[in-house]
Amino acid sequence: MAGRGASWQEYQKQIADDRYYYARSCIRQNFFPGSERAFLRMLREELGRDICDDPLHTSCTGIGYHSDIVPLETIMTVVARQFALMAEAGYEHFVTSCITSFGIYNEILNTWDEFPETEERTRRYLKEATGRELVRPKSIAHTSDVVFHFRDRIAERAKRRLVNVVTGEPLRVVEHIGCHYAKIFPKSGIGGAEFPYVLAGMIESWGGSCVDYPERRHCCGFGFRNYLVQANRGYSIANSHKKLESMAPYKPDFIVANCPGCSMFLDKWQYAIAEIEGTTYGADGRGIPVLTYEEMAGLVLGYDPWELGMQFHQVDVEPLLEKMGVDYDPAAKYLGRDGKYIGKPDAAVVNGGPDNRVYRIRE
Amino acid sequence: MKRVIIIGGGIAGMRSALRLAEAGLHPVLIERDAELGGKLRNWHALFPDFTQAAGVLDELRTAVARRGIEVHTGCTVRRFDARSAELADGSRLEGDAAILASGFTLFDARIKEEYGYGLYEQVCTSADIERMLNEGGLPAAPRRIAFLHCVGSRDEKVCQKHCSRVCCITGVKQAMELKKRYPEAEIFNFYMDIRMFGPGYEELYREAQLHSNIHFIRGRISEAAPTFDGRLQIKAEDTLTGRPLRMSVDLLVLLVGMRANADNAALAASAGLELAPSGFFAPRDPFLGNVRSAAEGIFLAGTATAPKTIGETLNEAIAAADAAAEYLKTR
Repeated sequence: MAGRGASWQEYQKQIADDRYYYARSCIRQNFFPGSERAFLRMLREELGRDICDDPLHTSCTGIGYHSDIVPLETIMTVVARQFALMAEAGYEHFVTSCITSFGIYNEILNTWDEFPETEERTRRYLKEATGRELVRPKSIAHTSDVVFHFRDRIAERAKRRLVNVVTGEPLRVVEHIGCHYAKIFPKSGIGGAEFPYVLAGMIESWGGSCVDYPERRHCCGFGFRNYLVQANRGYSIANSHKKLESMAPYKPDFIVANCPGCSMFLDKWQYAIAEIEGTTYGADGRGIPVLTYEEMAGLVLGYDPWELGMQFHQVDVEPLLEKMGVDYDPAAKYLGRDGKYIGKPDAAVVNGGPDNRVYRIRE
Repeated sequence: MKRVIIIGGGIAGMRSALRLAEAGLHPVLIERDAELGGKLRNWHALFPDFTQAAGVLDELRTAVARRGIEVHTGCTVRRFDARSAELADGSRLEGDAAILASGFTLFDARIKEEYGYGLYEQVCTSADIERMLNEGGLPAAPRRIAFLHCVGSRDEKVCQKHCSRVCCITGVKQAMELKKRYPEAEIFNFYMDIRMFGPGYEELYREAQLHSNIHFIRGRISEAAPTFDGRLQIKAEDTLTGRPLRMSVDLLVLLVGMRANADNAALAASAGLELAPSGFFAPRDPFLGNVRSAAEGIFLAGTATAPKTIGETLNEAIAAADAAAEYLKTR
């Protein structure tokens, strides 16, 4: 990885240091609500930053846009409204939790630069529809950019590192970057599109080591048309399968992703692959845990894994927690915020349950 | 005796100098590097007949020395016109006409980040292959080699829209050389088009397929990544079968193109020359004035104007020298 320094140096971008306007992710609010909450907690409580979590903002409609349901003019106007809300709230730096949205915001700002008439048209539509004024943000960052920006501050406050407490070895981490983070606009991502540094930088700062494997750049298969159209889902799972097969020989301790879809599909497809192919991955075939970067940061900062929402994962995270020496309460895993039992998923090989099927463990 | 300043001591510059000396003029060769020879100094064998590059170069250099041609090595020209050249150290060389033979720059393969040149030791360029062949061969016998054509040529993403012309035949030549040294190796050439324009080129291409068993796949490689066993995984599309493919190789050779020198714009501005959209110097016209420039008394030779073969470059060097001599007759 050392030779990548030059590439990483070339792709740097300015990330605001304070006063952010936060745009949440549709998928993450449903599948990883603990991650978004942890991000706000980190920024406000650990780093003392001002971040506006505005209930007025909506979906960016990116899923509809990429599915040909939402027309370009509509999504531009929706995006313009988000920016208008930011300005009304008194903020200039827009941070978005979703990689799809991040791609959308960059695409639309670039389109406005290339075709100024589309910005004027959007400005008019926004005014007519909502009475609001479009104000372009001073900066756009993904929330993983912001965590990257503060990675050394987080390391200073770390309660534990990405190290195997038994062997003392750095944990082997597969970092997976969402396609829309830098593959559309390489200059918009830290480290560019070929060798992104945004997650690798966090892993390095917190004591882990990155796994470089042949299918590192490959898409997880989430791609909207792949999973929204039922007939295409085999294509979606084939992509995840290709990545898991490629990374297996490197025996990664966990995967970290910065895209809602990647985190979800790399995790949940492991169960599906076990059922379809009879193949499982990771130590003892119990799957390779898939974390969001906030979960990774949260564990480093000593947050409770169940408060981070890690019980939402398909692949059990307990083996990883034990490797990291995390002190957690196994009995509290399926207790909700009010302490009430929220139910437990059926047992499957990738979530620690007994199973009488014989699986092929891919190592 | 009238003096002609020649900027560039590669094969074009040397050939022009010899021609001018034969015509009774006084050529002044200015070379940026420490010795004459340009890119050919690092080349092993030449297409299409595998002539040793050192033989061609030695003949030119020996003739230049025998003629006692005035040579200034290690000198960079900062600005020039038909009458003088100002060097980087502030000194000036005077002349009555000038020939610009400043050549080209090899495309920096690191710009195509997806191939990992400079990151993975299994990735090299066509220039590296020539160097390795001069040094005795590859570090280890490869089982499988892939050549990728058009790296830094015909690629709008890196602002190199032009065809570098010589890479196709270089890929064929190098594949055959490696096959000869490593007969067990499987060799693949990934290409967009195979452009065999020169005499003997098409024949060599057929020879490569018929007798050297070199495989040609029409499709570009999209990315390279290291594998668990220390090889390199490449992904490509075979556009003739319409299928994506993935293979592990021990060596990926990037056939790097020719790009215009970074200081062309500054030199052009100093001398009143024009640049083509590719960044190379533009001749006065592409037919009757192809070695003349837009400026009076300044002539153009070799790859300063566009990618060319060695044979074309040497011919053009003679034409530029003749044009300069003709011009000086009237002064």
